[in-house]
Amino acid sequence: MSIRPTDALERGATPWLFAAALATTLPHFEHQPLWLSALTTVLFAWGAWLWWRDERLPGRWPLALLVAIACGGVLFEFRTLFGRDAGVAMLVVFMAMKLLELRSRRDATVVVMLGYFLLLTHYFYSQSIPTGLWLLAAMTLVTAALVRLHGGAASTPAATLRYAGLLMLQAVPFMLVLFLLFPRVSGPLWGLPQDAHNGRTGLSDQMAPGNIANLALSGEIAFRARFTQPPPARDRLYWRGPVLEMFDGKIWRQQAARPRPPQIEALSPPVAYESTLEPHQQRWLLALDAPGTLPVDLALENTLTATARLPINQRQRFSLTAILDYRFNPDEEQAVLKRNLTLPPEINPRSRALAESWRREESSPERLVQKALTLFSGSGFSYTLQPPVLGENPVDDFLFVTQRGFCEHYSSAFVALMRAAGVPARVVTGYQGGETNPVDGFVVVRQSDAHAWAEVWLAGRGWVRVDPTAAVSPTRVESGIAAAMPDGEPLPALIQVRANWLRTLQFRWEAINNAWNQYVLGYNPQRQREFLSRLGLNDPDWRNMAAALGIICGLMLLAVTGWALYRRPHLDPAARLWQKALRRLARRQVNCAPWETPLALVRRLEDERPDLAPAVMEVADAYLQARYGDQPDQLKILRAAVARLP
Amino acid sequence: MLGVKHSPFSTNPKQLDPILAAAGGIILGKDREIRQSLACLLAGGHLLIEDLPGVGKTTLAHALANLLGLSFSRIQFTSDLLPADITGVSVYERQSGEFRFLPGPVFAQMVLADEINRATPKTQSALLEAMEERQVTIEGETRPLPQPFFVIATQNPSHQIGTFPLPESQLDRFLMRIELGYPDRGAERALLAAGGQRASADRLTPLIAASDLPRLQAEAAATHAAGPLIDYVQALVEASRRDAAFQHGLSPRAGLALLAAARAWAWLDGRDMVLPDDVQEMLPLVARHRLRSTQGTGMARSEDIAALIRAVSIP
Repeated sequence: MSIRPTDALERGATPWLFAAALATTLPHFEHQPLWLSALTTVLFAWGAWLWWRDERLPGRWPLALLVAIACGGVLFEFRTLFGRDAGVAMLVVFMAMKLLELRSRRDATVVVMLGYFLLLTHYFYSQSIPTGLWLLAAMTLVTAALVRLHGGAASTPAATLRYAGLLMLQAVPFMLVLFLLFPRVSGPLWGLPQDAHNGRTGLSDQMAPGNIANLALSGEIAFRARFTQPPPARDRLYWRGPVLEMFDGKIWRQQAARPRPPQIEALSPPVAYESTLEPHQQRWLLALDAPGTLPVDLALENTLTATARLPINQRQRFSLTAILDYRFNPDEEQAVLKRNLTLPPEINPRSRALAESWRREESSPERLVQKALTLFSGSGFSYTLQPPVLGENPVDDFLFVTQRGFCEHYSSAFVALMRAAGVPARVVTGYQGGETNPVDGFVVVRQSDAHAWAEVWLAGRGWVRVDPTAAVSPTRVESGIAAAMPDGEPLPALIQVRANWLRTLQFRWEAINNAWNQYVLGYNPQRQREFLSRLGLNDPDWRNMAAALGIICGLMLLAVTGWALYRRPHLDPAARLWQKALRRLARRQVNCAPWETPLALVRRLEDERPDLAPAVMEVADAYLQARYGDQPDQLKILRAAVARLP
Repeated sequence: MLGVKHSPFSTNPKQLDPILAAAGGIILGKDREIRQSLACLLAGGHLLIEDLPGVGKTTLAHALANLLGLSFSRIQFTSDLLPADITGVSVYERQSGEFRFLPGPVFAQMVLADEINRATPKTQSALLEAMEERQVTIEGETRPLPQPFFVIATQNPSHQIGTFPLPESQLDRFLMRIELGYPDRGAERALLAAGGQRASADRLTPLIAASDLPRLQAEAAATHAAGPLIDYVQALVEASRRDAAFQHGLSPRAGLALLAAARAWAWLDGRDMVLPDDVQEMLPLVARHRLRSTQGTGMARSEDIAALIRAVSIP
């Protein structure tokens, strides 16, 4: 394949293309199979080496072989050549291989266009702020490569980058308009980004000793809440997850949902808040106790757990209310009460015997509750993230042998004691507390705030919350887990850090992330409608929106064009006529380099094209007089001379 | 060169053509270089001629001085030449009991500084300061040099043994630097036939009065340079600063020098406006000794200057 010299790729442009290719493929290495990243790296290195040594690029057959190997590998790995993962893998390999055939400017253009497309594919995998920033930089680099292709060797790297940056800046208004006005579809266009589905941690629908302690080791954010008024005190923030009623002696499980709605009597005015849930692959919403009125698409179970219709596998926002003082199901069904008195027979005999001895001493359930709490607050019991392993009778082992446990141990033992003493009781899991981010005012609840407490049913008062952990370690409820844990406990570093610059930094970063989630990623069709109605566009359909988009973009383009035309140096009329003459000469196979003076052209033509020389001489003389002389009225002569040009 | 095949706009009388013709009769086959030297003097600048010994540098200077009616003095630079040998000394006169100043050879309208790079830098700088200030300060007394004042310095190629190459800052004082080169075949034949030319140069009589020279210089400096032409000069200067072939670009003073040279060149051709051709013609003479090549240690190569011209489009 021979390439015309004008089409050949200039050597100095290649590093730009490599940089652009690297920037657009690098983040894919994180989730691609290792062999693919290795192959890509080898191809990159090969291409760079060939460029460095100025060696011949591989021919057609080696490339064809490479394509076959890559396609085969992708087919073997993904069982298809299409779809998100396989398609992206193919694009990455093709990008790397294109660098091995950078011969002409056309090849370079392909690399640039492929680069732009690859930028888009990263959003299939992540939509976080670092990804966005990386892609912004990568896009500037790809644009710089394009600028360099057209700018030629004379442009310095700094000037190339500056120009690309300027282009990016000019694109900002268009980006904003497109972001705000482009018709939104509910649900993503090409499938969800991967990080929408990877809710790694969270509460499960059962509780065994150690479950929540494990969860408490994670500093990840479970959800954020923003209250319209100042948030309630920390020890009142009980966020309810699944309520566990079935006990087999070791593991607490949820009872299937019952249709009967709960009865709640509000004793204080409701508190409104907005909760943004991180995906956790479960249906419960972790609403603040007790949930007030719910939006229509949410349901309230009989156990007061608010649930969504589908598992929450995407970051989602809910507007909720909470009633902090409430009376809940004072006339509970007998079947429910009976179930909440059930204990597995023949397990934990010592604790059962202890509870029965209490029952003989006291008849009032309130007193019995108090007795159990007194037991926990007494000496011997301690609160720890690293409890000893429990044996066949976990409650007995805990109460009488180890006496060291986390919230699930205390709640489990407390409920078992209550049931044995004849007081209906159950375990409630969820989160307790949360931390107000001073930067944006959101209450941030982390996995480390996961908690388990108990609920007892008292005649006339309904289900009443009892937190046995508070008896052991009051600071857990008042100040949070980090303050409650003695030194040396393996808490996540993030939540340990207290009152220093790192903490502030973390707050800021989380506030920024939260703003990104709330306002950028959370800009859904509903938000768009709200925004547009604030602009006075009530309930626009997608046609109106597309029209508005077209009109605004068109107006902006017009403004930019007008500005550019205004800024353009006004070409001198004489120069314009000379350009016209040169265009006419070009049609007759006579070209004039930009640095060639008119007189030099004339002298050249006297040798090369004596037929044209006199006419051109006339034009050149008139042009030089008009442009470089100081006599007026030369334009007319020039115009006439140009007109006489054959 | 303009005016060979097609020379438009040469409307003004070419007042110095007789001088060019007379000098051309002495230094054979070097019409272009004579014209360049004259343009340099017209632009009020000093001239540096660099070439091998024996190609006619001294003869050219001598002929120009005689033709222009300028007082002439020649300083042969040697390694033991002292600054006072150039500027002059005060001697004590017993009769009057006073010091009397004996002016040095620099007190002439045209000074030929022959083989300037054979002298030590100290002596070189004495002359170069005189060139810049157009006056000499000796023993606290400032004495103006005659008007007009020109220096034509000749220089052997600096790779010859026993030379002190002029530093860049000193080179900048010369408006132009030209090379004479060997005469062509016909000119050399005529030279051999006629014998040495130095004597005939001495016999030349002035064709204009030295007092006319300032007027001619003023006329040349008034040659019209249109906006686009000044743009072109500026573009060339800017391009020289970006060009990777040079260690640094042209200074603003170099830009002024280029424009002045182009004006003089245009005026010599009898034109009342400067054309881009004039700028292209003058650029190598004005720029080469002011730029340093990034290839090696010497001054810019003429190929690089040609490439610079090709990199800048004419506005």
